[in-house]
Amino acid sequence: MLLRLALALCLGTSAAVADVSVTIHYLRQEVEQPPVLSNLDPIPQDLGLKGAELGLADNATTGRFMGQTWALEVTEVPIGGDLAEAARAALATTDLIVLDAPADAALALADLPEAAGALIFNSTAPDDRLRGADCRANLLHTLPSNAMRTDALAQFLLSRRWDDLAMITGTHPDDIAFGDAMRASLAKFGMRLSSEKTWAFDADMRRNASQEVPLFTQDLKAHDVLLIADEIQDFGRYIAYNTWTPRPVAGSEGLVPVAWAPVVEQWGAAQLQSRFTDLAARPMQSRDYAAWAAVRAIGEAVTRTGAADTAILRAYLLGPDFELAGFKGRPLSFRDWNGQLRQPIPLVTQRALVAQAPLEGFLHQVNELDTLGRDAPESDCMAFGN
Amino acid sequence: MMFLLSENTRKTLTAGLAACLLAPPVAAEEIWITNEKDDTISVIDVATLEVVRTIPTGERPRGITFSHDHKVVYICASDSDTVQVMDPATGEILFDLPSGEDPEQFVLHPDNRHLYIANEDDAITTVVDVVSRTVVAQIDVGIEPEGMAVSPDGRYAITTSETTNMAHWIDTETRELVANTLVDSRPRHAEFAAGGTQLWVSAEIGGTVSIFDVESKAELAKIDFAVKGVHPDRVQPVGFEFDGEEKTAFVALGPSNHVAVVNAETFEVEKYILVGRRVWHMAFNSDKSLLFTTNGVSGDVTVIDVAKREAIKTIKVGRFPWGAALRP
Repeated sequence: MLLRLALALCLGTSAAVADVSVTIHYLRQEVEQPPVLSNLDPIPQDLGLKGAELGLADNATTGRFMGQTWALEVTEVPIGGDLAEAARAALATTDLIVLDAPADAALALADLPEAAGALIFNSTAPDDRLRGADCRANLLHTLPSNAMRTDALAQFLLSRRWDDLAMITGTHPDDIAFGDAMRASLAKFGMRLSSEKTWAFDADMRRNASQEVPLFTQDLKAHDVLLIADEIQDFGRYIAYNTWTPRPVAGSEGLVPVAWAPVVEQWGAAQLQSRFTDLAARPMQSRDYAAWAAVRAIGEAVTRTGAADTAILRAYLLGPDFELAGFKGRPLSFRDWNGQLRQPIPLVTQRALVAQAPLEGFLHQVNELDTLGRDAPESDCMAFGN
Repeated sequence: MMFLLSENTRKTLTAGLAACLLAPPVAAEEIWITNEKDDTISVIDVATLEVVRTIPTGERPRGITFSHDHKVVYICASDSDTVQVMDPATGEILFDLPSGEDPEQFVLHPDNRHLYIANEDDAITTVVDVVSRTVVAQIDVGIEPEGMAVSPDGRYAITTSETTNMAHWIDTETRELVANTLVDSRPRHAEFAAGGTQLWVSAEIGGTVSIFDVESKAELAKIDFAVKGVHPDRVQPVGFEFDGEEKTAFVALGPSNHVAVVNAETFEVEKYILVGRRVWHMAFNSDKSLLFTTNGVSGDVTVIDVAKREAIKTIKVGRFPWGAALRP
């Protein structure tokens, strides 16, 4: 047992109470949504933003007792608009940015001279390269990477000994990236991908999935689970129950590894869910969660350090004392080698939480959460001074 | 009996069973357990360590406490948005108290009249007069208020807020906040100790118990826990109670499935006792020789022999047992 005795008499309770004013800018680059087969689940216009708003409300409630004032500014850049210009305008008032933009835009923003001292939270781009070779010291990530999600699924498959896999991958770059991550995870955990196919059909599956999919899946080699890489939610929903052999599906469809989903309810999550639905009038999704976590991480750092200085906040966020209660049963913290927020990954169906990774038995010498995604020894991120 | 029947049949049967069991008014000591996902209370007979009654409640019962004279029992029926007042002899709901939304935990002031209720969804602490059955005050606190405590002299009521990570000190005279003390992540439970001179607060995600001096509100010490073979992230302090002389604290450590035995004078952890899965809260019998812990995930109660510091029995109760209270 460790015992920290009362240095605190002079420090503990009052150190962090000081008048602090913090502005966070939510910067969104609108992107073209590719057409998908079904319009059953439209992407909410305010995806992500509502999470940031809730995080700010949470910060403000705490701030009331601490002499803090909180503000959220929002800029939405239309398709084809000038993100750099919007970013410069935002950076003129604050250097705390929550960014809802694709990977290339995130890099362009992070590389702006004006952003050198800024702290940008990527809440939207899952690309592994942003946490690897293309990482930036001023770019942190609250959305889990593709590798974290596929590692979570791989842990689950291995723990069930469903280790013979087949995969169908879409043609969108997001599908391909997820498929790449899935392959790497299967290799990492020693499982076999016996066959793969690419979904490049342009048929309308709402009418004839029951005819197309059995034939399409007939020549897949024997497998326990059929993996789907369909991150744009195009064809995946028509695969389950239409396969040639009766196999469960997982990946982008069926059993899905996520940052967050409406079915997460343990660890006090029910409270976060109800606060969110009260605010947004819709269920909370992964990007909402990532934006919420970014704003709350800033809130926690400001409260614990009593500072609004970005350099102090960055050092604290990446340091050993930072922890965020993220309603997933374990404290969340940032990896100091690439700025990724460590977090458990729920594996969910539409109706229930099936499991939450890291699964029992997947051990790590420092933090079991680091069994998900790229760990320090194999990281090719050089921007964090490691 | 309880598993195959429909909800209504079960409730009717339970009520019927309760009625016939009640016929001779025995004065045996009981531990009352709220079952969060069964909407029932399991009543454990301390002499036999068996469940002798199952009583239906409102939705999602969590906090439970008896009036100081033990004539009524108060139950936070969280999803019914009410505090139910029950006759413990008959199991009948006498009336509902206005409680604010989603009451989770509460504490009864030494005056036996004012309930301080944490309204988890509303960031409010509600003060209810149980005699006039009215809300006499609502106090803005941090997000997700949860733990509630009142000082033995009745001067302070404490609310801990899980997301704001504070202990809020409420002056029970003015019913206003007089101090807000920052604690570690996700504070769950608070208790006054050392004759009311200390406040102990557990932090679930922080993995600590902080001890404050009541007079200065300054932190005196912080206790960390380390259970062999359990990852530190899963060592999550939740409920805790003190033995008769307040020399020992028993701290439930959530999903580590252990209760820590803490020396309340040196703040050293002396032992970890293995109990059921995701241990939440606890209650002693009258002479504090036995301690009953609620184990949320395994749906049972562990009985600990306090002198020997050993678990001696596991008692199956309802689904997701949460709160525990003694009926002497």
